Amino acid sequence: MKQLCRAAVLALTVCIATPAAAADLRVECYGDGVECEVTGTLAQRFMQAHPETHIAIDKVPYKAIQESLPVQLAAGNGPDIARVTDFGAIQRYFLDMRPLLADPAYWDSNFGATLAWMQSGADDHGIYGLPTQLTVTGPIVNKSLFDQAGIALPGPKASWADWAGASAAVARATHTQAGMAMDRSGHRFAMGAISYGAKYFAADGQPAVVDAGFRNFAAQFVDWNRDGTIEKEVWAAAGGGAYRDAFQDFAQGRIVVYLSGSWQVSRLESSIGDGFEWVVAPPFCGPATCTAMPGGAAFVAFKSSHAPKEAAQFLDFLASAPVYAEMAAKTANIPAHAGLQKAGVKYEAAPRVASALDQFTVAASGVDPAAYRLQGYLLNRPIFNATAARLSQAIVGELTLDQALARITQDVQSALAAAQ
Amino acid sequence: MGWRRWPGAGFALAMNLPERPMRWAQRRLGPSLAWLFVGPNLLVFGLFTFLPILIDFWYAVTGGTNLLPGERPFTGLQNVHALLACGDYRDPATCERDLFWHGIWNTLAFVLLQVTLMVGFSLLTALVLNRRILARGFFRAVFFYPVLLSPVVVALIWKWILQRHGVLNAALGGTPTDWLLDPHGAFFWTVFVSVWAHMGFYTLILLSGLQAIPRDIYEAAAMDATGPLTSFRRLTLPLLMPTLLVVLVLSLIRAVQIFDEVFVLTGGGPGTATTYIVQFIYETGFAQQVREYGMAAAASLLLAGVLLVLTLLQLRAGRARSGA
Repeated sequence: MKQLCRAAVLALTVCIATPAAAADLRVECYGDGVECEVTGTLAQRFMQAHPETHIAIDKVPYKAIQESLPVQLAAGNGPDIARVTDFGAIQRYFLDMRPLLADPAYWDSNFGATLAWMQSGADDHGIYGLPTQLTVTGPIVNKSLFDQAGIALPGPKASWADWAGASAAVARATHTQAGMAMDRSGHRFAMGAISYGAKYFAADGQPAVVDAGFRNFAAQFVDWNRDGTIEKEVWAAAGGGAYRDAFQDFAQGRIVVYLSGSWQVSRLESSIGDGFEWVVAPPFCGPATCTAMPGGAAFVAFKSSHAPKEAAQFLDFLASAPVYAEMAAKTANIPAHAGLQKAGVKYEAAPRVASALDQFTVAASGVDPAAYRLQGYLLNRPIFNATAARLSQAIVGELTLDQALARITQDVQSALAAAQ
Repeated sequence: MGWRRWPGAGFALAMNLPERPMRWAQRRLGPSLAWLFVGPNLLVFGLFTFLPILIDFWYAVTGGTNLLPGERPFTGLQNVHALLACGDYRDPATCERDLFWHGIWNTLAFVLLQVTLMVGFSLLTALVLNRRILARGFFRAVFFYPVLLSPVVVALIWKWILQRHGVLNAALGGTPTDWLLDPHGAFFWTVFVSVWAHMGFYTLILLSGLQAIPRDIYEAAAMDATGPLTSFRRLTLPLLMPTLLVVLVLSLIRAVQIFDEVFVLTGGGPGTATTYIVQFIYETGFAQQVREYGMAAAASLLLAGVLLVLTLLQLRAGRARSGA
C-alpha cells in the first residue's frame, strides 16, 4: 500500500513538474484557390522550427466563415485563428497582437493601409491580423469575342458607357448571351458608383449611401439590366443580399465582359484554359474617376485563443517577407505587403494569370480614396447587402428606383441602429 | 420437439422477469409510477423543445446583436411593433419591415395554392393507385421516390432543369428562357417543385386510409346501383375524412415552413417574389453582418402563433365533423 501511495505521489510530481503541454492552434480557413493548402505547407515548416506548437488547418466553406464563425466566437468556441473577409461582424473578438509580435514596426510599415480595416476606429492602433492578400475588382474581357466581332477594345480611359456600348455590339455580332455581367454584390457595384462620384459617407463620417453619384450609377445600372446590356439573371434571379457570381457564364463564353475581381484569375485559368483568350482591362471611368474597389482577406487571431503567444508567433512567421512572398506566389494573389508590391512577386502561375495579376496590381495603385474608405468601414456589409437586395427589386419592377434608393437608406440606418 | 419449445419458454421467462419488481413499484408508488416512464422523454422534450421556446421568447423581447441571452438588453415589444408597423398591411411598401410582409403574403399565397394542389393531387394519385392497375407497385415506388431525396438535391435537380441552359430549354429548343427570372413563373415553379417532392408522402398516407375502408361497403353500394361518383362522395370521402384531415394539417404546417428547397432553387428571388417567411427569419437572424436575433425571434413567434391557430381550427373542424 505504501508503495502504491509513493507511486501516486511520484506520478503527481512528474505531472506538475513537466513543462506545459504543447500549444494546439486551430486555424479555420476558407480558400478561393489553394490558400489553405499553402498555409498547411507553411504551417508544417513552422512546426518543424517550433515543435512545441501544433497547428491544425480546418478548411471550411466561405459560408461557414460568414455565418457560423460569429456564432462560434460568441459562444466561446471559436478557433485560434481564422481567414476572414468581413471584419466588422467579429471585430470585438480580435486579439491585439501588437505586444506579442517581435517587430510591430515591420507590420506597420508593410501592412499599414490594410491593418486599419481591422481596427475599431481611428483611435485604435491594434494589430489584429495578417492581411493575406489584396483583392481588386475589375473588368475581365473575353478578347476572342471582340476579335471575332472585329471590334477594337476600348482604350485605357474608356467610360462605363463606352464599354457598355462596345460589349453590347460584340454580343450582338457574335450572338452571345449578354454584353456584361456583374457579380451580385454591393461591393462590385461600388466601383461603378464611386466612379460616378458616390462618396458613401457624409462630411461627419456617418454613412450617407445615396447621393447624386450613387443615384446616377444606380439608374444606369438598372436600365442596363432591363435592356439586356448587363446580364439580368445574375442580379434579378435571386433575393435578399445573397451573393451570386457570373463566373460560369463567363467561363463558358456567354458573356463578353465580366465585372468581378482579381481572386478569380486562377479559377479562370483552370476553367477556361485555351478555350478563349481573356484579358483584364483597366477600371472603367465614370464622370468622377476611374476606380476599382479594393478588398482582401486576413488571418486574424482571437482573444479566446488558449495560445495567443503562439498564434501571434505563427502569424509573425507568415508575415516575414520570404514566407509571405512564397505564399503570394503559390496562391497567385496580389500581396497586401507594401514591400512586395514594390518589389513584385514572381507568381508560380501561367503567364496569362501573372499578366492579369500585374494588371490588377496597376489598378490597385489607382484606387480612389472613397473606395478605400468604404472598404475600411467596419459596417460596410449592410450597405453592400442593401444595395444588392433593393436594386434587384428595382430591376424586376417591384420597386421604382426612388423607392429602392429610399429603402437602401432605411435598411442601412436600421442595421446601424441595431448594431449600436 | 423439445428444443422448439425452448425459445418460447425463454421468451415467457424474460417477459415475466420484470413483473415482480414492477408490481412492487406499483404498490409503493401508485399512479406516480407513470412519471418514471414519461420522465426521460419529458426531460429530452423539455431540454430540446420547451427550453428553446422559452429562450426564443427572451430573444424576442430583447435587442442588440449579442448572442448570449444574459448580454441582451430588454426592449419589451419593440421588435413586434417594428414588424407590425404598417400603413396598409396589404401593401408591404408601406411597412417599416417590408420584407417581413412580403414574406407573409408570399407564404399565404404559397400555402393556399400548394396545400390545395398537394391534397388534390395526392388524393387523385392515391385513388388511382388503389385500383387494380398495371404495374401498380412500380407506380407507387415512382411517386414515393422524390420523398427520399434531400430538399437540397430536389432543388438542385430542378435548377438544372429550369435554368437558361438547362434540360427544359434543351428539350423545347428555340430561344432559351430562364424560367426562374419571371416573378410569377418563379412562384409557380416553387409550388410545383414542392408538390412534386412531397406528394408521395401524402399519397402513401391517403392510400393506407383508402385501404382501411372495408370492401363490403362498396359491394353493398354496388348492389344498390350506386354510381362511382356518388360512391366516392357518399362513402369514400366521409370515411377518408380523418386521414384527409391529418394530411391537411401536415401539409399545411410543412407549407408554412417552406424554406430549404426554395432557398436553393430561387434564393427568394426574383426580387422578393419567392421570399417566404422562414427565409426572412433566417436572413434577419443569421445571414446579415448585423444579426437581429431579436427581430428574427419575434417573427418566428408570430409564425408559431399563426401555425397554432390554424392547427387548432382544423382540429376543431375535424372534431365537429366527427361529432356530427
